[in-house]
This record gives sequence, C-alpha cells and structure tokens, in this order.
Amino acid sequence: MAYVPIADRGQEMSHPHSWVTKYVWSQDHKVIAIQYSITAIAVGVVAMVLSGLMRLQLGFPDTFSFIDPNQYYQFVTMHGMIMVIYLLTALFLGGFGNYLIPLMCGARDMVFPYMNMLSYWVYLLSVLILMASFFVPGGPTGAGWTLYPPQAIAQGTPGIGAGILLMLISLGVFIVAFTMGGLNYVTTVLQARTHGMTLMRMPLSVWGIFTATVLGLLAFPALLVSAIMMTLDNLIGTSFFMPAMVSMGELNEHEGGSPVLFQHLFWFFGHPEVYIVALPAFGIVSDLISTHARKNIFGYRMMVWAIVGIGALSFIVWAHHMYVSGMNPYFGFFFATTTLIIAVPTAIKVYNWVLTLWRGNLQLNVPMLFAIGFIFTFTHGGLTGLFLGNVVVDLPLSDTYFVVGHFHMVMGVSPVLVLFGAIYHWFPKITGKMFSETLGKWHFWLTLLGTYSIYLPMHYLGFLGVPRRYFAFDGTDFIPASAEAANVSITVAALIVAATQILFFINVIYSLFYGKKADPNPWGATTLEWQTPQNPPEHGNWGDELPRVYRWAYDYSVPGAKQDFIPQNVPPEAVEKAE
Amino acid sequence: MLLAVVLLLLVVGTVAFHFLSPWWFTPLASNWGTIDLTILITFWVTGVVFIAVNLFLIYCVLKFRNRTERADYEPENTKLEVGLTVITAIGVAAMLAPGLFVWGQFIDPPDEAWELEALGQQWRWMYRLPGEDGELGTTDPGFISADNPFGINPHDERGQDDLLVSSSEVHIPVDRPVTFLLRSKDVLHNFAVAQFRVKMDLVPGLVTYMWLTPTETGTYDILCEELCGVGHFAMRGRVVVDSQEDFDAWSAQQVTFAETQALPPPDPTIGQALYGTCMACHGVDGSGVEQLNAPKITGLDEAYIAHQLTNFKKGIRGANEEDKYGQTMAPMMALLPDDASIRHVSAYVAGLPDEQAATTIEGDAEMGKRYYVTCEQCHGDIGQGIPAMGAPRLSGQSDWYLVRQLFNFKHGIRGAHPDDLYGFQMGAMARIFRDQQSMFDVVAYINTMPSPAEGENQIASLELNQE
Repeated sequence: MAYVPIADRGQEMSHPHSWVTKYVWSQDHKVIAIQYSITAIAVGVVAMVLSGLMRLQLGFPDTFSFIDPNQYYQFVTMHGMIMVIYLLTALFLGGFGNYLIPLMCGARDMVFPYMNMLSYWVYLLSVLILMASFFVPGGPTGAGWTLYPPQAIAQGTPGIGAGILLMLISLGVFIVAFTMGGLNYVTTVLQARTHGMTLMRMPLSVWGIFTATVLGLLAFPALLVSAIMMTLDNLIGTSFFMPAMVSMGELNEHEGGSPVLFQHLFWFFGHPEVYIVALPAFGIVSDLISTHARKNIFGYRMMVWAIVGIGALSFIVWAHHMYVSGMNPYFGFFFATTTLIIAVPTAIKVYNWVLTLWRGNLQLNVPMLFAIGFIFTFTHGGLTGLFLGNVVVDLPLSDTYFVVGHFHMVMGVSPVLVLFGAIYHWFPKITGKMFSETLGKWHFWLTLLGTYSIYLPMHYLGFLGVPRRYFAFDGTDFIPASAEAANVSITVAALIVAATQILFFINVIYSLFYGKKADPNPWGATTLEWQTPQNPPEHGNWGDELPRVYRWAYDYSVPGAKQDFIPQNVPPEAVEKAE
Repeated sequence: MLLAVVLLLLVVGTVAFHFLSPWWFTPLASNWGTIDLTILITFWVTGVVFIAVNLFLIYCVLKFRNRTERADYEPENTKLEVGLTVITAIGVAAMLAPGLFVWGQFIDPPDEAWELEALGQQWRWMYRLPGEDGELGTTDPGFISADNPFGINPHDERGQDDLLVSSSEVHIPVDRPVTFLLRSKDVLHNFAVAQFRVKMDLVPGLVTYMWLTPTETGTYDILCEELCGVGHFAMRGRVVVDSQEDFDAWSAQQVTFAETQALPPPDPTIGQALYGTCMACHGVDGSGVEQLNAPKITGLDEAYIAHQLTNFKKGIRGANEEDKYGQTMAPMMALLPDDASIRHVSAYVAGLPDEQAATTIEGDAEMGKRYYVTCEQCHGDIGQGIPAMGAPRLSGQSDWYLVRQLFNFKHGIRGAHPDDLYGFQMGAMARIFRDQQSMFDVVAYINTMPSPAEGENQIASLELNQE
C-alpha cells in the first residue's frame, strides 16, 4: 500500500458526546491546552504568593512571626521549582504548544489525541503531589530549587523526610507527562502538517515550541535519572551523590559519592531548561512583533537557524552554572567559550526583532506593548548573562543578588511578558471575545515598570556582594544600611506587581462573559489559526477540508496587494491587487 | 508616544542608576584587580549595546507607529545580517579573551603561595595552618571525633605540627600569596570574601582551592554563599589580614594537633574541689537556685560547660553591661585560673546526676512547637542537644533561664561579642521570636519534652559514688 501522508488520511475524529468528554476527559488539543494553562497559572499564583512572603521577610525582617528560616527556605525552593517547571514549561509547551501546533500547522489535532489527554492528567497529578508536600510533616523541601545533595537529603535542611521525596516523585511524574505531550508535539510538527506547509513556511512560534520540545525530550531524562539516584541514596543508602561525611557529629553510612556529579546531571537538564522556556518565547514574540508591525519578520531563515543553533548549543554550556562548584577548573575555559558563543545567535534574534520594527507600521495595541516590553527586558537580561557566562567575571558575582536579578530578568520577566502578550493576542481566537484594552494597558505598564524596579537594583546589590538565599543580612560589615532601604523598595514593588496581576484576571473573566464578540481575524494575521471556519475553532479545527498553504507566514504589506496581509492559505491567483 | 518616552526614561534611568547608586564593588583588598578590569570591559561592551539597541527601538516606536503608509517589505538583507554577526562576534571576543586570560591565572596558584585550610561545617568555619614542616597532614571523615574535630590522620607525621584554629576568625599575612584549601565536613558550603573577589565551593569528599594575595590589612567578613541548610545565613567567619609581625605573633598562640592530643584527661576529683565556689549559687547538686538567678547546670555536655566558662573568663560572655547576671560570673572565674581547672570542673559538673528542673513558666506549647522547628536543627528534635553543633541540651533545663537567654540573644545582650563562635548564630536564630510571649511559648514546648533517660542518670550516679 502506498504511503498516505497523515494530512490526507480521513482521520477519524471521535467527537465528544457529553459535557464530560468535551471539557473534562477531552481529547481536543484546544481544550487540553486550556486545561494545561489554567492549572499552570493556578499553581503559578501559589508560587507568586510564596515570592511575596519571601519579599516580606527580606523587606521587613523581624516583623512577621509566621516566617522563620525553615519556611523561608521552603518558600525559596518551591517558588523556584514551581515557576520554572510547573508554570513556565507547562504553560509554554502544554498550553501554547497544544493550542498552536495543530492550528498553525493545519492539522486537525495532535497525532495521538488520547496520549495528549493523558499528558494533561498526569501533569495535574504531578502538581497535586507537589502541592501535597505543603501538608506533610516537616513540610516541603527547603534545599533550593536546584536540590543539591548532600544538603537536600541531609540533616539541617527542612523537608528531608516526606518533602524531598514528594518533590522528586512529582518531578518524575511531571517528566512522564511531558514526554507524552512532547512526543505528540514533535510527531505532529514533523508528520501532520497540511499540504504546502513546508518546514521553512512554519511560523516561528511553531519553530520555537518544536525546538524547545526536542530539547525537553533530550534534557528531562537527565533530571529523571538524578531524581531516581537521589531517591535511592535517600531511601536505600546507595552512594551516587553522597560522600562520607560527618553530619551533626555523626559519620554517615555513605562513601565515595559525588555531589558534583549531581550538579552536572542537574544542569545538563537545567541549562537546556532555560531554552525550553526561552525558545517558545522567542518564537511567539517574533509572530507578535511581525503581525502588529504589519511587516514580515526580518531574516526569517536566520531566525530559524538561530533557534535551532541556540537549541543545539544549549547542550554544551551547562557547566557555566558550576564555575565555583569545585569541578575541574580547566572546564572553565571550554564552558565560558561555548557560553559566549551562544550570545551571537541570541543577539541576532534581538537585532532581527528591532529590524522588523524598522519601517514597519506599528500598531501599539496590548499584545504589541508586551512584545516591545519583552525586547527591552530580554536585552537587559541577555547582556547581564555575558557577565555571568564569562568565567572569571562570575567569581565575584556568583551566588549574589546579581544572579537573582539576571535570571529573573531573562527567565522570569521576559517570558512572562511574552506569555501575557500571547494570551492577549490569541484571546479572541480562544474565547471568541475581545478583552479590555484599557485594563490590558494598565496591566502592561504596572508589570513592566514594577518588575524593572524590582530587578534592576538587585544587580547592584550583587556587585556589592550581597549573597542570595539569605534569611537575614545582619552582622555583615560591608553591607551598608542603604541596602536595607533597597530591600524595602524592592518588596513594595514586588507587592504592587503581584497586586497588578489581579487586573489580568479581572480582564480575562470579565471579557469572557461580557466582552465584545471578536472578529475571526481581528489583527489581520496571516497564520492559519486565524483562518478557521468557526471562531473559536471547533473540534477538528477545519470543517470538511484541510487548508492548503501557498506561502510563508509573513506576507505582510506585500507590495501590489490590496490588503496589508495575505493569509498563508490564499493561493497566488486569489490575491486581490491594489487599485 | 508614551511607550517611546517611557522606554527612553528607562534607558536614561538605568544609566543614571548605574552612576548614582550607592551600591558598587567593595574596595578591593586582593591582587584580583584584573577581575575588576574584566568586569569594566564587560560593562562598556554591554552598556554600549544596551543603549544602542534600545535607542534604535525607541526611534522605531516613535517614527513608525500608526503610519498612514504601508510597512516596507524586506524579508532578508544578507549583507546587514552578516555584518551584525561579525560585529557581535568581535564584541564577544573582546570580553572573552581577557576573561580566559585572567581565569588561567586564577586556577594556577604561584609556587611561592603558602597553603591554609578552611574547614566548613554546618554552620561555622575552622582553619588549619601548616606547622614548621610547611605541609598539612592528611585527613579523613572517619577520624573526626570530639577530640579530633578536624579529622586529622593521627598516624601522619606531617599532621602533628599542624596549627588548629577552632575560632571562626583566621589571620593571614599581607602581600603573601595564599592558597586556600577548602574542605567540608558535611554539606556544600562556599568560601566568599567580597573584598577578595574570588570564591569557591567546599565539597564533601573533595579538597577544592583558590588563591589570592591580600593587599590591604584589615578585617573582612567570610560568608557562606552556597545554601547549606537552615543556618546558611548565619554561617559567618572573619579573615584578618595582618602585617607579617602581627601574623607571626598570632600564629605563635595557636595550638598544634599534637598538643591537643597530648592533653591529660580532666580529673573530676579536682573538679569537685573547685566546685565548692559554684555550689553557693548553683546548689550542691547543680540543680540551680532561681532566687539567686543561678540556673541548673547539670545535664549539659562537658564541652559546652567548658566553652561557656572560657567565654566568661575571656569576657566574651557576661561583659555586656545589660547582662547583670552574666556579670556576676566574671569575678568567679578568678577561681578557675587556667584551662586545666576549667576542664576539671566541667568534667565534674557534666558527671553530676540530673533531675528535670521544675516548671515555672506558662505558655502555649502548641505555638511553641512551631517555633521549635528552627531550634531542632541544632538542639535536636527532643531538645537533647548536639555537642558537635555546639548546641547544649534544652530539655529539663531551668525554663526561666532559657527564656532570659532567648531575650538576651535576641537583643544582643548575649552572643554579640565578635569572638562568640555560636553566639552570632543564636542571635540570628532568635530573630524568629518577635515578642516575649513567643519565647514563653517555645520554652513551654521544651518543657513538654521527655526528661533525660533514666538509664543515663543511673550510670552518672554510679560513677559519682565511685568517686
């Protein structure tokens, strides 16, 4: 039998028959995307509250009796882990990946819809396991989100009983969920694109999400094995990571394990993880900028190769997190070089974003504001990365507030701005309603200015040498009283930013019920998801016939055409000529 | 328009913040000016890019927003893209090359550097200096004990003359390159001195290193900068950079490993005779007399008693003018003229039979249990005390005394002396008690803890009878 491309097969869609199969046990990628997004945002709110509690302690020490050092370190740990894995990874890939890949590629659904559904429910399970650790004796682990042994499972750290066990189990379950989803995303992109959708015609959002998923599939196993090995060290006394040591005056029963080995495994996952979050953001923001600048993305091919190149390089830079870890110091030469090389494709992406704006026709609506805000914060965060990546510059700055400032700019603020921009951008498609511009603008301004006033001063506290992960700073001669003032102002800004997010929730909920009905393509975008027969798209996405693609995703302001955009599914002969 | 103005303000504000903010590097006190220089180069390169990219962005926002004309159609411009790539690569190389050059110096200590070991444990520092042979002896975690806290191999000749510094403060001579050998007893730590610029992790199972030449005399804070548990933020030390003469005088006072091993065991019988003075306030059986503000002193480990007596003698404890009960101990110390007498009397007191002290305070034990989560990291989950952490037993001790000490720690009346090794930690930890009531609560919880094991008492009283 001759091979029939997936796009041509009369795919059997098992349409839902009841409310439960439509909204709960749903196999529709769009519903799963929303389930993923709501869960991720809900758990992200928990992490945001935790960061508020940390900031209360740092800004106003000796004031709140419900924050002790144990809890402080638990808040630090859970905040970091939730934000990086359970919010950002899940929202970009499980949320936007699920929603956008089939729609943008012109597929009816993911290739394996049932597995896609399982992926969400297993993810939810991992979240519940993680949340359960707040309620076990001893509370959640307080080992820092990096979970370094020996302290993650040694005396003196909060949550070394059930806390760390639940954390490691939850990570394992999350990785199972991610693998089921990730295999789906990769297969769908490679096998289920519609006619004419060549790889080099795909929107950059898909390229970013696709490359990030490949990174995830290669990187998460390193985390999985280190979680399993640490659990074995903890429960049955193996010595993968645990050396002989005297803890609280007692010689332990381990011998010969290497804590540095764990760090290598962790960061072999952990550095690609940065790009698992960043690449989808890069892709999505490219599409937002191009659409709202009414201009093709500048240097599309270069952008694609930059995404792929960054993805590949991200696997050989991991030890720049370990310059002062006690690893062989000669590694420093190699990893500093690879790390600074990765700055080149990253810089190209920034240039191409701003060059896309050049001679464009910028529509400064809410998604575009978030996209431009992203360019600003990402430029800042990317440049400070050049400090930390350059091994010898890292010596004074490592483990200080400079690091906290840097990674929050590059991995917190920047992707979150893209996420908000993306939610506003696709809100009319997802819900069929328009959101409130006014609330959206307030949300943008307060978030951008608030976060910048949180993180900019942190870099300078870092130059001073203020260490991160400190419950209190007293008794240190070189830290002046003015640093306390900085901590107060950072805390106030953080609380304002946190409160600002209420505007977002009000906007989403209000618009969902009372918003104006949205046009199917309110932004005049070219990509396929805006060309669906129904708005919002129904199960199966395309009605009877799959769309056929004739052009790349960025035909904006094509000379000679009547409209300033030509959707990907418009054949050349159907393009209306300008008068 | 608004966007362009705000972005411009952000760029101008960032540059202004850079020049006006009071937070910048601490004054350099080591040879690593080259690191500062590399950072400055990085600052210039990245600063120019930051300003250039953002000014271009602002120009685009100003010029090309909501135009009546259409946008340009320009998918690619190979010349421009290659040009920008080359310029970026040059900028990156300009930062990387000096960075790698200086790194090459950092990982290769000069031959003339002397070696000094910094040993970390939760949550304090200790140090070991080579003796006359200029070499440090080998170590192993298996050798670590109360008598050999450094875990030095007793069979290694080179270790016998090693100088052991059990204080958290170490001295080094100025202008002489020194290699810090870093070793951890338990978890990861990090040895960091802001003024020296360089830092390195301590990894159990490894000896890591870093080197520097101190260039300015003075006293500098040592911070642990790798999360090492609940007490991480309280793990502090000090390095004093001395002139060579001052350093020699200081190192002459330090004890060698062989000297610590050769000490004769304390004699409780002599201790009993010395105890006569203590008896007046602390009672014949050491159970304490609240009316005289003398706490119960039985049930404590010998090292803790000796440590506190030494602190009283040296004025590390009880010298604060608000510590009026502590001050009464100081003159008494004249009766314990030397280390040996302190050891004898400590051994005697530690051997006294122990009875649970009477309960005198009231508080909410349920609330106290929540506070105690922090305390138990050092004092143990049933308040039994962990001598290796320098943490005394709490259960069964005079409760009124515990409350008073918590108050003193919190308010810097006790533990604030720079040489009080564990006092700083307790001061930092006592921050969790926001008011007097919370101290009553935690001590009420300690009062609910099981009394000392019956068996232990019997052994202690047997020994006492023999004496």
